Amino acid sequence: MRSKYLKWITGIMILLILLVTSVLLAFSIGEVNFSIPELIEILRNKTGIEYTIVSSIRFPRILLGFSVGGALSLAGVILQGVYRNPLVEPYTLGISGGAALGVAITIVFNLNSTFGIYMLPFSGFLGAICTIFIVYFLSVSKNLFNINKMLLIGVMISFIASSTMMFLLSTTTAENLHSIVFWVMGSLDEPDMFLVKSVFFASITGLCITYLFANPLNALRLGESKAKHLGVNTNFTIRVLFIIASLLTGISVAVAGVIGFVGLIIPHLLRIIIGSDFRVLLISSFLGGSIFVILCDVISRTIIAPNELPIGVITGMIGGVVFIVVLSKLKFSIR
Amino acid sequence: MQEFLTINNLKCGYPGSFMLEDIHMKIEKGSFIGIVGPNGSGKTTLFRGITGEIQVRKGNILLKGIDTFTMSAKQKAQKLAIVTQNTEAPDMTVEDYVLMGRLPYKKHFQLFEKEEDYVLAHKYMTLTGIFAHKDKLMCELSGGEQQLAAIARALAQEPELLLLDEPTSHLDITHQVQILNLIQHLNTTLHLTVLMIIHDLNLAGEYCDYLVMMHNGKIHTTGSPVQVLNYKHIEDVYNTVVITQENPLSKKPVVFLVSEKTFRRSQND
Repeated sequence: MRSKYLKWITGIMILLILLVTSVLLAFSIGEVNFSIPELIEILRNKTGIEYTIVSSIRFPRILLGFSVGGALSLAGVILQGVYRNPLVEPYTLGISGGAALGVAITIVFNLNSTFGIYMLPFSGFLGAICTIFIVYFLSVSKNLFNINKMLLIGVMISFIASSTMMFLLSTTTAENLHSIVFWVMGSLDEPDMFLVKSVFFASITGLCITYLFANPLNALRLGESKAKHLGVNTNFTIRVLFIIASLLTGISVAVAGVIGFVGLIIPHLLRIIIGSDFRVLLISSFLGGSIFVILCDVISRTIIAPNELPIGVITGMIGGVVFIVVLSKLKFSIR
Repeated sequence: MQEFLTINNLKCGYPGSFMLEDIHMKIEKGSFIGIVGPNGSGKTTLFRGITGEIQVRKGNILLKGIDTFTMSAKQKAQKLAIVTQNTEAPDMTVEDYVLMGRLPYKKHFQLFEKEEDYVLAHKYMTLTGIFAHKDKLMCELSGGEQQLAAIARALAQEPELLLLDEPTSHLDITHQVQILNLIQHLNTTLHLTVLMIIHDLNLAGEYCDYLVMMHNGKIHTTGSPVQVLNYKHIEDVYNTVVITQENPLSKKPVVFLVSEKTFRRSQND
């Protein structure tokens, strides 16, 4: 087997081991700690308060962390590939701003108490979808996609959304203000299994569809023009990938709030460690994002227990610091 | 000789700014054709028209009798490959870069290269002399080596038509000659039809069998290097005083530039 493939397989195996470890850690650690044998016993008996903690509280969080982390990281790696810009992340296109605005409007106008528990994620998703549509249609002229224009429009929409958010925050009640701010900071505390499963299936489907575009994404590394010369329908590829990345971000933000840094730092780290080839980078970024968010969630709910810190605070702080340290320490070249 | 590439009454370009018009060309298989002309004369626009990067407004381009407009991007990439003047230096190894040339042959769900793809990539890396660098990153190569890698990548596409857009610009004479010798060798041994944009008239005259001189979006003159590279055509198109002579060995034309000072002095004498 070629050494390149061996390196990829080793990398993916290590990530899978880390994922299993982080999942076990997330099941074990919390307000009540369980050892691994205790955990096995709880899962075998399937009764008692311990089983409820594991199955109804920790499992949805882990599944949501896996899905949201994977989805955001995947969206990040796709967008960085499409734009050929390492600073692009899922939130650059204003999707998080749109989702946050949707949620803020719902909270301010008290629509969630009128339309039920799905209203918050639905309004977040609607906000994200509206942003995607605006960015998409303003970026297409003469049936051609202008990716630089799209980036600028995304950034502008992000500014408009955050300004409108600030307007709503400054005019609403203290209670609403608190709800909006906490939602924006992100949390994996989602008791509704339907929503959790939806994000899980969306992220896995997104990963599978993106793999159909792994080769075109690799060709785009040479530039849009050269990718065309290699027979890639760049216009179609960029459109589909933009939609996948946007939907993944929209769904994640709608359910878990704005969890920053995942889509920016995880693809970067894995590019340094495992390589830039999208055939390995897509899956490894997905797994890396999942591990990162699951571990950050463990920290967020244990660091000031019994209280919980918003996960966005942890991802931002730890992610940023780890990224700077790794980037300054690593001497081997980026492949 | 089989007619390979036919360009009929082509009009293409950028609406509101620059347009190529009345372009007619009939190119035989195995020809080595140089396209010369000053900056902004439409050479690269012509290439973009042929590759389908810009919309053809009038006329058509037939590759082996098939209208290129009707070909899919993949079909086109299997028939023609292009090497541009600026080779991207992505963070990938030379081998991976050359293997990119096999992309047009990959099936939609095929994620990895087949063994034959590696065989072909290695063959063309050897032919272009960069096999020893196969595990290096593209950015670790010199400009000339990067250009050789780009040619190997284009050859891995196994094209019948090779388009070269100023492949020797920014290179020293050693690399210029190395690359043009290689292209000439490929043209002769693989019967590859080569269409090359080149600014250096002496290199164009020495290496190409046939030249097309462009000016203001139109073809000004076509013919053998001796027919095209005479002082009258060059002065008309480039608006520059030159002297043309014959290379005593190759019998091809050589162009000498004349500075304004020298020109005035010669007139006074």
